[in-house]
Amino acid sequence: MTTEQRARSLGVHVVLIAYSLLAVGPILLVVMNSFKMRNAIFGSPLAPPDAATFSLIGYEKVFRSSHILTYYSNSLIVTLVSMALVLLFGAMAAWALTEYRFRGSTALALFLSIGIMVPIRLGSVAILNMMRSAGLNDTLTALILVYVAQGLPMSIFILSEFIQQIPKDLRDAARCDGVPETRIFFEVVAPLLRPAIATVAVFTIVPIWNDLWFPLILTSSDSTHTVTLGVQQFLGQYITDWNSVLAALSMAILPVVIIYVILSRQLIAGLTSGAVK
Amino acid sequence: MANLRIEHLHKRYGATAVLNDVNLKIEDGEFVVLVGPSGCGKSTLLRMIAGLDGASGGDIHIADKLVNTLAPADRGIAMVFQSYALYPHMNVRKNMTFGLKFTGVPPAERERRVTEAARMLRLDELLGRYPRDLSGGQRQRVAIGRAIVREPAVFLFDEPLSNLDAALRVSTRVEIANLHRMLKSTIVYVTHDQVEAMTLADRIVVMNKGCIEQVGRPLDLYYAPANLFVAGFIGSPAMNFFEAKVAGVEGACARVDGPGFRSFDLPATSLKMGDTLTVGVRPEHLARREDGSFTVEGVVELVERLGESSFAYVRRADDRLFVAEVRGRQTPTPGERVALAAANRDVHVFDSSGLRVSSPTNT
Repeated sequence: MTTEQRARSLGVHVVLIAYSLLAVGPILLVVMNSFKMRNAIFGSPLAPPDAATFSLIGYEKVFRSSHILTYYSNSLIVTLVSMALVLLFGAMAAWALTEYRFRGSTALALFLSIGIMVPIRLGSVAILNMMRSAGLNDTLTALILVYVAQGLPMSIFILSEFIQQIPKDLRDAARCDGVPETRIFFEVVAPLLRPAIATVAVFTIVPIWNDLWFPLILTSSDSTHTVTLGVQQFLGQYITDWNSVLAALSMAILPVVIIYVILSRQLIAGLTSGAVK
Repeated sequence: MANLRIEHLHKRYGATAVLNDVNLKIEDGEFVVLVGPSGCGKSTLLRMIAGLDGASGGDIHIADKLVNTLAPADRGIAMVFQSYALYPHMNVRKNMTFGLKFTGVPPAERERRVTEAARMLRLDELLGRYPRDLSGGQRQRVAIGRAIVREPAVFLFDEPLSNLDAALRVSTRVEIANLHRMLKSTIVYVTHDQVEAMTLADRIVVMNKGCIEQVGRPLDLYYAPANLFVAGFIGSPAMNFFEAKVAGVEGACARVDGPGFRSFDLPATSLKMGDTLTVGVRPEHLARREDGSFTVEGVVELVERLGESSFAYVRRADDRLFVAEVRGRQTPTPGERVALAAANRDVHVFDSSGLRVSSPTNT
């Protein structure tokens, strides 16, 4: 390695490390302080918990005084069902739009891509009215419907790109083999899309899990609140119970991290190696 | 096993015609090779037989059944792709049986067919492996195996050997020939490699620009090409062409003359004084001999030595190059002046539209 290359790689690493610290720092602070007593949180916010300051009071209060488990399962249900639907419909739509030419296919592709450019929150009022008149107010179904609509455009866009990379001979071979079109999609194409599906899954899950806006306007009772909304009850106008807030937030982070770790294993390239040539 | 009949087949993409009025009859059990330069429409024709591409006009019959509107799976064909197109997430056994599940073949029968095909193609040890763990030749055999287990009426091969290295190509070629002998099935095989075409085919179909130029047995195409294109395409190195003119007509004989070679007589009544002709002679038919009717002279410019023979690039008086294959040890040296001759039957004369006229007779 020449001096110039070394300097350049050092520079790159400095930037990346700085960015990592910036991204991970606040999360570490939240997790660290969730295990401390109230005084220690304010006294020395940057210190890790030690024997004197360690306390589980935040977690105790969260479990005792709120419906945290309900929130948790609500969040899980909404996120996982939305993800499954986004992936299923997204992959199917991407397949249809790339594989088949039909009347209006270009217009349909354009229509679906509008969703990438226009934020769904612009339609909040309309969505609220729609859900109310459909009788879906204060249900998890309402949230799932909104999140599927929110996630579909991007997932179709990404998956279309990946589907185009699957060798055309493979689909032709399956057709010559007598495999029905639906089975070609589910048994030949979909398995090869696994890395892409993992990518889309991560992109879909994180904003849904973290979303505060739609639970806030679409759900009103404890039984339909999600974790991010549930945490808000510890943030008062006059008193904020920081122990509980930090504990609840730490617990809210956990599932996303777990899902990310699981899916990132799927992001292995080269799954198609051996298909052709 | 089945015959195949193609009638007035057309294919257009927008304004561009890819196939133009293709007519072809393939007998039951015949090995037919479609050959031609890239872009000649041979792969398109194969894909249309398979049903992967639709026709713009014309009919395709397989086993005397019109298959125009049938899906690929219902046509009784199996196709082997250039890229093998193995399912990467399935092992060899699964690759071969995957399609059979959907065509109503019972499990016991599937097993029997796979075992049979694996034995035939020496894949027994590989049945549990995945495509990524196989070599190019093994993948090609799996692709062929996947076609065999379908027990199709017609096998379609789309340049199956192009991705293999030279040595493997020769051995796989022999295997395909053996396979045809064992299965006695109808095969349509696309290639741009004329050696594959010559060695494998019962009949060769030479295509150019979406049209069939000539259909015939390999040696017929070699010894009696119907036109300039076939003459130039079949044979390696390519046939030498010499410009010529009809210098005189005497009864049923035309005197052919041109720059760089000695004039000769041609039995052709239809030719007129002044008609332009092309004389074609294969490099391997030119030799240092006295008895040939066609003699061409020039100075040797370059010699390529292959061992059993050498290619001599000879420059004629009119500054054109031609190639001669010189056998044995009488290799010419660069700078040497040579006179090379060909026997009557090895001289091909084509008229101005490129069609073969005839060969000269002894005078």
